[in-house]
Amino acid sequence: MTKEELITKLSAIVKPYIQNEEAFKSLNENTDFINDLEINSANLVDIILDIEDEFDIEIDNDSMEQMLSVKATVEIIQKKMNI
Amino acid sequence: MSNRVVITGLGVVAPNGVGLEEFTKAIKAGISGITFHQNLNDKGFSCCIGGIPIISEEKKQQYLSPLQLRGFHSSSILYGCLAGIDAWKDAGFSLDEHSDLDYNSGIVFGTGTSGIEKFREAIYKIDDQKVRRLGSTSVLQTMASGISAYLGGILGLGNQVTTNSSACTTGTEALLMGFERIKNGKSKRMLVGSSSDSSLYTWGGFDAMRVMSYKHNETPEKGSRPMSETASGFVPGSGSGALILESLESALERKANIYAEVIGGNINSGGQRNGGTLTAPNPEAVQKCIRDALADAGINSSEIDVINGHLTATSKDTLEIENWTKALQRKEGEFPYINSLKSMVGHCLAAAGAIECVASVLQIKEQFIFPNINCEDIHPEILKMISEEKIPRKMIEKKINNIVKASFGFGDVNACVIFKKYTK
Repeated sequence: MTKEELITKLSAIVKPYIQNEEAFKSLNENTDFINDLEINSANLVDIILDIEDEFDIEIDNDSMEQMLSVKATVEIIQKKMNI
Repeated sequence: MSNRVVITGLGVVAPNGVGLEEFTKAIKAGISGITFHQNLNDKGFSCCIGGIPIISEEKKQQYLSPLQLRGFHSSSILYGCLAGIDAWKDAGFSLDEHSDLDYNSGIVFGTGTSGIEKFREAIYKIDDQKVRRLGSTSVLQTMASGISAYLGGILGLGNQVTTNSSACTTGTEALLMGFERIKNGKSKRMLVGSSSDSSLYTWGGFDAMRVMSYKHNETPEKGSRPMSETASGFVPGSGSGALILESLESALERKANIYAEVIGGNINSGGQRNGGTLTAPNPEAVQKCIRDALADAGINSSEIDVINGHLTATSKDTLEIENWTKALQRKEGEFPYINSLKSMVGHCLAAAGAIECVASVLQIKEQFIFPNINCEDIHPEILKMISEEKIPRKMIEKKINNIVKASFGFGDVNACVIFKKYTK
């Protein structure tokens, strides 16, 4: 899976949780979940669960804490999937 | 400072009608919302009938966002949001997620257990060592204050936003708590009400206590029989009722539609003394609650036109009638009209008081007395105390000024409120 494909899948996952449509439209590697997409911090755990289901991986607590932006999240997914 | 308090909005989700219009039609016509439920039968319940409001997926989506509906398994929150939002709109307010925070409006929205299906899901996951799979939705949907929290955010209310719980007294207590708050000048408007899940996990314990009727599984609509000689226990129900209470001053300022006035009430407990227990009422305290409500309202018992009773269709109905006759010092042909909504919707437990308050207020607004169904064989002990015509079996259109509504709950707790036709 290419990075672009990963980002496309990730953007579909975060879509229900975002509160800033403009920032979502221009979602890119540097997009921050809370500061840009204005996702309620309580929903970050739900996004992690959705990612686990989508990519069939398990995300540990340490990795979870880093998953605040598209870039960090993509890196962790790649690492967990060994790609 | 003492404000007059009026009702300016209503919302209801009941087994025999979702929404004010449908519900009003149903209670006038004496339509039962009790049906047979195969899942109760499958789980070995003695009572396999109950009252569950019918809500389509489409309707859910009109009230809750896709995000709110993700992993959503709390019927009590759903019912509470529907009834609460409807009441808010009915009072003439609009729904706007970017509205200014309104510090003059608050919420008291009660429940017994809430989100029990979600709770079950969480317990299974935890036992399966998947606690992290609960996500963020488990807490919000299982905390008792989930309903007031959801509504508080949807409406943007900034006064007190809370949840009360007093078993089957909950809804009527919520109303009186909101009433006191406005009367004392702490708030201009209060959304009050209560809600109860449709779930076999809520109802199971009552089935085990043998307080639910098991004799009408073949004839569900005949099952809920308050004041009847053949009453054999209550039929479980569920849903939500919501009312907007408002200071008269605020209502007049807004030129709001006024349904009725709340002129007084009382909340007390029998302390599980003098015949009262965890599950049975202390008759002395019940009578005192009614008398104190009249005193609070500043009216004489002779001014009561209609009683909307608690009357669950258990053996306690006769005792309740006795308590009313003693508290009001009225009997036989002098007794007011009396009815029980439970004959149509069953016992909606924590939601009962609120749904029944909505029904009571509708009777004042539209000047009618809804019929008691399944009461063709009035209990002879009741007929010794009050005249048969005081228990209408057909709707009556009548001039009504004052309705008294009481609710009683496990824990020996009582609440009684008096509604009056609004006049300047």
